[in-house]
Amino acid sequence: MSGRRPGPYDDRGTLAPGPDALPPGPEHQVLKSLLGAWALAACAPAEADAVEEHLGVCGSCADEALRLREAVGLLQRPESLDLNPALRTRVLETCLERRPPRIPVPAWATAYDTETARLDALLQDFGDNEWHAPVRLRWYEGDEASTRRTTVAGVIAHLMSVDGLVAVALGLEDPLGDVRPERATPSDRTEAYWRAARFPPTRAVRGPWREQSHRLIRTVSFTGSDTGRMTVPYGDFALPLHDAMLDRAFECWVHAEDIAEAVDYPYDPPAGRHLHEMVDLAARLLPVVLENRRHHGLAAPVERRLIAAGEPGRSLRLEIEGSGGGEWLIPLDSPAAKGSAEHEVAHVALDGAEFCRLAAGHVPPREAAAGQEGDREAIRDVLLAAASLSRM
Amino acid sequence: MQKKDVPPRWDRKMQQRLARGEAAALGELYDRFASLVHGLAHRVLGDEHAADTVTRDVFAHVWQHPDTYDPRQGPLRSWLAALTNRLAVERLRTTETAALARGGPGTTEDLERKVRHATVAARADYIVQSMPAPLRAALELAYFQRRDYRQTAADLGVTDEEARRRLRLGLQLLATAHDAGTPGAPPGMGGAA
Repeated sequence: MSGRRPGPYDDRGTLAPGPDALPPGPEHQVLKSLLGAWALAACAPAEADAVEEHLGVCGSCADEALRLREAVGLLQRPESLDLNPALRTRVLETCLERRPPRIPVPAWATAYDTETARLDALLQDFGDNEWHAPVRLRWYEGDEASTRRTTVAGVIAHLMSVDGLVAVALGLEDPLGDVRPERATPSDRTEAYWRAARFPPTRAVRGPWREQSHRLIRTVSFTGSDTGRMTVPYGDFALPLHDAMLDRAFECWVHAEDIAEAVDYPYDPPAGRHLHEMVDLAARLLPVVLENRRHHGLAAPVERRLIAAGEPGRSLRLEIEGSGGGEWLIPLDSPAAKGSAEHEVAHVALDGAEFCRLAAGHVPPREAAAGQEGDREAIRDVLLAAASLSRM
Repeated sequence: MQKKDVPPRWDRKMQQRLARGEAAALGELYDRFASLVHGLAHRVLGDEHAADTVTRDVFAHVWQHPDTYDPRQGPLRSWLAALTNRLAVERLRTTETAALARGGPGTTEDLERKVRHATVAARADYIVQSMPAPLRAALELAYFQRRDYRQTAADLGVTDEEARRRLRLGLQLLATAHDAGTPGAPPGMGGAA
C-alpha cells in the first residue's frame, strides 16, 4: 500500500477517525468497486491515487484492500500442465493390484483404453488455434499415396465416426445419428459426418468422442470375453471385436501422431506390449491381404503345388526391432498355410513404430525396411500389402 | 479443464461403479481428475516424483475405499481435492520432519510455516480452478496478461463496472484460501466450488 498518507490506525490497531474522514457515500461505493482492480494494479493512475486516499480514511475498505492484495500473491501460473501419460498406467496398475477388479477391462481393450487416454491428454490444453490447425491424412489406396485435408477437430470427428462402427456392433448409439453414409466403411462414414455438419468440426467434438470411447471400454468390460468372438463390420471387411478394438487403438495412435505433428508437439509410440499387439494384428492380417492382392493381380502369382491347410509354406520372416518387437513368419502363398522357418525365403527387419507407420500408410513401402534379404519380389509384395492395410 | 454442468448424478454413479469394482470406472475417474490431483499435489510438494506418488495414493485410496466418499456431503471433485491436500501435506510433513531429524537446516516452526504455506497455495489453486469461468477469465487477463480493467472489460465484452466486479469477487474468493479450518477439510476446499 502507498505510504504517502499517514496510517489510518492508532496504536491499538483500531481505526482512528482522521480529520478528513468522509462518511461512506457514493464515492465510497465507487472506490470500493475498484478495490479488486486496484489490488491487481489494473486501474488508471488517477483511480489508484483516489483509492489509496480513500484507504487512509475508510477502515473497512482498508481491511478489504489488504486482504485482496494478499490474495493476489496466491495467483500462480498453473504448473506441470503436462501429466506424464505413463503415470496413468502405473497408477491404474497399482490400484488394480491392491484391489482386484470384479469387472476388469479385458486385456484386448487396454491398448484402446491407453491410447484414447493419451490422445485426450494431448488435446487437454489445445486452444482454438490448435483445434483448427490443418492436418493432412495420409494412406495408400491402389498402391498410390492418398491424402485428405482436414483439421485437428476433423481428425477427432473421423476417429469418432469410425469408433462408431464398434459402438453400433455393440448395440450402442451411433455417433452419426440420422446421417446415413453410402456404405458403412470408415471413409464413407467420416465423409458423411463431415458433410452433414453445418460448420467444420470444432473443439466441441472432443466430449462426444471421449464419452464414446469411455462407453466402449465400459461396455466391453461388461459383456466380457464372450463378445471377443463377435465381429465388427467395416463395410468391405470385418474384424473380430478384440481385433477391432486393437485396430481402433492403432488408428488412435496413428492419428494422434498426425495431430501432434500438425501442432508441433512431441508424441511417443505406444508402450511396448501394445505396440507388439498392433504389429501382431498387422502380421496376422497380411496373409489374407496378400491373397486378395493376388486375386486382383497386385501381388506375384504363386507357382506352386497346392498347400494343404495348416501345412508349412513359403514364408517371410518379419523381424521387428526395439520395444514391442519380435519375430513373425508370414506365410506367402496362402492364408491357410502355416508360417515356417524352414521355408523362409525372405527376411525383413524393421523398427516396431516404423512398421506401424508403414501399415498406416505414412511411409512409402519402398523406403520402409531397414534390412532386407532374400526373395525381392516376396519382400515387395509384403511391404506393399502392409501399406495397403492403411486407410483414411 | 473443468467440465461444466456435471450433474451430481455423475458423482453418485461413479461412486457406485467404483464400489462395484468396475475397472473402467477407475480409468474414467483418473481421466477426469488426474490433472487436478497431480497439480494440487505438485503445488504442495514442489516435486514431480512426490506428486506422482501422491496421485497414485489418492486414486488407490478411492479405489480401495470407495465408501469413504458420500455423494450427499458434496461434489466428488471437492472431496478428491481435500483428500489430495491431506495426503500431500502428510507427505510434506513426513519428509520435512525426517530431513530435520537428520540435522537439516531450519526449525520446527519453519516446518510448520512451510506446511501452512503449501496448504494455502494448494487451496488457492483449487479455488481458482473451481471458481466460475467469467471470474477466472477476468483474473487471467488482469494478472497474467497485465491488462487494466477497462481493457479486460473490452476483451470480455462486458461493462467496466462488471469487470471491476469480477476482479473484486474473484480476489475475494481467492482470499478465502487463507481462512484456516482443518487443513484440507472439505469446507475449506469446497467453499468456492
